Amino acid sequence: MAGNNHGVREPLLHISKREDCGLLRACLVRLAAIALALVVCAGVIYSLTGLNPIQVYAGIIDGAVGSNRRLWVTIRDTLALLLVAVAITPAFRMRFWNVGGEGQVLVGAAATAAVMINLGGSVPTWLLFLLMILAAIVAGMIWGVLPALFKAGWNTNETLFTLMMNYVATQLVAFCIVYWENPAGSNSVGIINSSDKVGWLPPLFGLTYGWNLVMVLIITVFMYVYLRYSKQGYEIAYVGQSVNTARYAGINVKTVIVRTMAISGALCGLAGFILVSGAGHTVSTTLAGGRGFTAIVVAWLSKLNTFTMIVVSFLLTFMAKGAIQIASQFSLNENASEIITGIILFFVLGCEFFINYRVSFRHRRKED
Amino acid sequence: MKDVNAIELRNISKRFGKVVANDRINLSVRSGEILAILGENGSGKTTLMNMISGIYYPDEGQIFVQGEEVSIRSPKDAFPLGIGMIHQHFKLVDVLTAAENIVLGLSGPTKLDITAVATRISKLAHKYGFEIDPFKKVYEMSVSEKQTVEIVKMLYRGANILILDEPTAVLTPQETDSLFAVLRNMRDAGNAIIIITHKLNEVLALSDRVAVLHKGKYIGTVETSEATVESLTEMMVGKKVTLNIDRPDPVNPELRLNVKDVTCVNKEGVITLNHASFTAFGGEILGIAGVAGSGQKELLESIAGLTPKESGEIDYYPPNQPMQEISKMSAVEISRLGIKLSFVPEDRLGMGLVGPMDMVDNMMIRSYKKGGFFWADRRAPKTLAERIISELEVSTPGVSTPVGKLSGGNVQKVLVGREISSAPIVLMVAYPVRGLDINSSYTIYRLLNEQKKRGVAVLCVGEDLDVLLALCDRILVLCDGKVTGIVDARTATKEQIGLLMTHTGKGGAR
Repeated sequence: MAGNNHGVREPLLHISKREDCGLLRACLVRLAAIALALVVCAGVIYSLTGLNPIQVYAGIIDGAVGSNRRLWVTIRDTLALLLVAVAITPAFRMRFWNVGGEGQVLVGAAATAAVMINLGGSVPTWLLFLLMILAAIVAGMIWGVLPALFKAGWNTNETLFTLMMNYVATQLVAFCIVYWENPAGSNSVGIINSSDKVGWLPPLFGLTYGWNLVMVLIITVFMYVYLRYSKQGYEIAYVGQSVNTARYAGINVKTVIVRTMAISGALCGLAGFILVSGAGHTVSTTLAGGRGFTAIVVAWLSKLNTFTMIVVSFLLTFMAKGAIQIASQFSLNENASEIITGIILFFVLGCEFFINYRVSFRHRRKED
Repeated sequence: MKDVNAIELRNISKRFGKVVANDRINLSVRSGEILAILGENGSGKTTLMNMISGIYYPDEGQIFVQGEEVSIRSPKDAFPLGIGMIHQHFKLVDVLTAAENIVLGLSGPTKLDITAVATRISKLAHKYGFEIDPFKKVYEMSVSEKQTVEIVKMLYRGANILILDEPTAVLTPQETDSLFAVLRNMRDAGNAIIIITHKLNEVLALSDRVAVLHKGKYIGTVETSEATVESLTEMMVGKKVTLNIDRPDPVNPELRLNVKDVTCVNKEGVITLNHASFTAFGGEILGIAGVAGSGQKELLESIAGLTPKESGEIDYYPPNQPMQEISKMSAVEISRLGIKLSFVPEDRLGMGLVGPMDMVDNMMIRSYKKGGFFWADRRAPKTLAERIISELEVSTPGVSTPVGKLSGGNVQKVLVGREISSAPIVLMVAYPVRGLDINSSYTIYRLLNEQKKRGVAVLCVGEDLDVLLALCDRILVLCDGKVTGIVDARTATKEQIGLLMTHTGKGGAR
């Protein structure tokens, strides 16, 4: 089959760009990719561990959504990841590589905890929540705006800057823990206000994480509208595509950079608030748990579409929860699930190629 | 040698989705010959050449090199066949020297002997009459020097079939002449040269034969000696066209811009605009001529508020309103004040338009600020985009196609159309027809004349002196950032302007 290099033979495969794939066809291709991924995973699981892949899949599903409680933990963590992903989206749309989501979440969480610990019980509940949210937003905003100011003023590298800010945030929280230690000597904050639950987000519509759900979904919808239909959204897109064009259009590029990072940082700070007040009720140096980085994966996998992010962050959280389950159930390493996640992502991303391009085999040539 | 064609194409076709870019093309070029391929934008010239150089693979047809059928699947296959293509956009590494760029990617002994490379380069340069410094870094080079490096790179790799895609689009007249001299030397040494262009006078001056494409179809090949501008145009456009640029007399010219003693210094501290003074009137076209990089860009950008000014004053006279000094304003303020200063920049897709965005989004660059605080209006820009498509005959699948996917002429129509739509009082255009075919160029000239008749003060930076002399009312000549003269375009000659273009050049160390 293989033709010699300068022969007259056509290449075996022929790749050409598709005009338009059509929504139905695109969905079918994606479903086929997931099905194929599960088959490949089954093969990998069986050959590596000798376990029944169906049982492993069942274990993953059981771990993620097997009981009401597990389902809601998965939803809670999905929401936290989703909010961080939505928060960093305006920055990435501006091509501002904000890898500081981690630190912005952490300072937001620390600010929330500070208000909870110091003012809990001494101010009315509504005011306490207001102050907690404000503190979280302002803290996250500061962490986001600092690199933006340097970028706008002196064109510093935002990737390094935001990354370094993460470490500062971690150290800051470590420092605070010394003051907030409870019980003394435990080197942790413990559950804040565990007796009276002051500053804990109350259930909404009877749902433990009702407030989380409402807040995150509203922000997701708002961000979609903000980026696609608002003036500021357009300014962000122009700056992201070409700073020259933005300047030419009379856009104040510096203002846009700072303003966008203020929004991005503020929403990350709010995610910190939700993690403390609406989920864990404590703060630690590892509270953000890598969400600031996973969120980047979520955002780009979703092509910066905030609605797609709902699905992607659920998928990633689902697999993470399932991982914990199969790790204990089959005494497997947690990495086993990461392999499965990796294979699924590989197929899902790979199928985009077949949606955008047509591959045809060598067509028959005249016989001569 | 005459009997065997260096390259012969038989029934070559290439489709992109539904678009047929090349429809059964037959073409041949002999060794020791310069073949010009002529055609309008989007007629399939570049696609055809990309198939010879291995970037695309033909859907149908056969390619013969030196009489043998070949299959060229990638540029790697093209090199051993002696095929080298010089693209419109150079593919050089800025921080490396000419010699380093030339040997980049070639296999050879582990230890690179750069002096031997330089000697070989110098030999090649001597043989064909190039001027090249092997040790000069690419970022220090002018556009024509970079082009020389690209050509030498191909020759160094043993190419004897050279394809040049619109090589003169970025060159000054003098640089073009020296390029042609080199190409003739290469032809006389037995190389086959294919040059893609749509400048008719260059075709007539340089080539031995001309092949004409029209809308993806092969029209025919003629001997250059038997062709005229008129006959080639007819083949290329498919109908007779008159090649006269209209120039109505200015009606009631009124002062719009008064530029006094403006000086600009760039980041490296070099004076780019040196005490420039001039006036521009409504109802006339002021041409701006000069060798590339004489301060044209800075002149326009300083008026638009995009380049900081060292000293000087720019006064703007809106109709029936008091004068406003705009020299201290930034682009943001100029646009916020609503001063009607439209600006078609040289770098269309890097500054004037956003390539990956669609036409509506690109229309919105100028209009998104209108209306309330939050919502951006997409309806008016969409209407405008549709109007521009129909009025300027932009060929595009629709308003939601990214403008970067359109051909050069259509991109320029979109940009000029948008700028004109905002009813400017001063319209500044830089190289408005660069890279455009005859039909699109005449559309642009017509649009500029329409604006002039509306009473707009048009500032037009151009490179083709024949066009400037035919289109403009007055021509301002820049040399080394200085205004060396402002002449009446109706009486001035090309020689007179040419002298002014190099007037202060002697001894002026930059």
